[in-house]
Amino acid sequence: MRLDLLKALNVERRARRAAVLVTDLGGGEQRLVKGDAVAADPLAEAIDRQLRMGRSGAIEHEGVSYFLSVQAPPAQLVVIGAVHVSQTLAEMARMADFDVTIVDPRTAFANEERFPNVRVIAEWPDKALREIGLDRYTGVAALTHDPKIDDPALHLALGAECFYIGALGSRKTHGKRVDRLTSAGFGAEQIARIHAPIGLDIGAVSPAEIAVAILGEVILSLRKKPLRAEREKAA
Amino acid sequence: MLATEDDILSQAESWKRAGRGVAIATVVETWGSAPRPVGSHLVIDDEGRFLGSVSGGCVEGDVVTEAQDVIGDGKPRTLEYGVADETAWRVGLSCGGRIRVYVERID
Repeated sequence: MRLDLLKALNVERRARRAAVLVTDLGGGEQRLVKGDAVAADPLAEAIDRQLRMGRSGAIEHEGVSYFLSVQAPPAQLVVIGAVHVSQTLAEMARMADFDVTIVDPRTAFANEERFPNVRVIAEWPDKALREIGLDRYTGVAALTHDPKIDDPALHLALGAECFYIGALGSRKTHGKRVDRLTSAGFGAEQIARIHAPIGLDIGAVSPAEIAVAILGEVILSLRKKPLRAEREKAA
Repeated sequence: MLATEDDILSQAESWKRAGRGVAIATVVETWGSAPRPVGSHLVIDDEGRFLGSVSGGCVEGDVVTEAQDVIGDGKPRTLEYGVADETAWRVGLSCGGRIRVYVERID
């Protein structure tokens, strides 16, 4: 591997950008394909598939063996609301290898005592989410029940490529939310990206069960559904 | 400590910048039960220092030795390891799986 390729690869990793190092296993030639240049690469389809799975792998293409070394940033889950459900969700998501951040401007909720093992930002979502940086490897779960806090987060998430957006609340609550988002200028298709009522339908009752339902839905979105950018490209 | 893939590749870069001979070993294929997933890295310098892993510690010693030849002549090598068996393999995996490891020099 050339040092400049390794250097470029490390730059992408640190910036939380996806990249794939393609190695011809026969001849040893290599190239670095950055996330935004995948479509133009001769191996676009295979690279795409591996990237989506976040998995490196060996492939055959026109009789040549290649190794695709996938550098996908770790998926992160941003939870809006340092509430009861979030306490369990934060722990479980951490165990499932997500980078977890809790955002809540209410310092009585958002403190390290209640969330000892994850990053806690006691700020309004407007400020916190810009600091965190929302990308296609980010999921956002809005759990405060308070439109003053949840809505600004949803606005930013809808404006980004987040692989998952979920919002807590009944169908009725979500109906009002849809009205507010529509007035704010979001289209029906955009709003449909929000999973609400949040979580897989497993009949969850307790906060821990609701956390399981949410985490299951987050993993489903991450692993099974095509990412938004790719859907748009295909359309 | 230095353990994540991020740390490993950053370390490889800084070792090389410090003027050391450096090789990167990558798991490119696994069959059956394998201790580390495809894409896992082990970086090795010309004095045999290493960081990361390609197995649970079963074959690293051999990869580090082979890496010295790669650092020496710059030719990438593909190594294959299977079940520990004196007649077939110098070292092997006790878990019963097989892995293929690509070793290349950083230039």
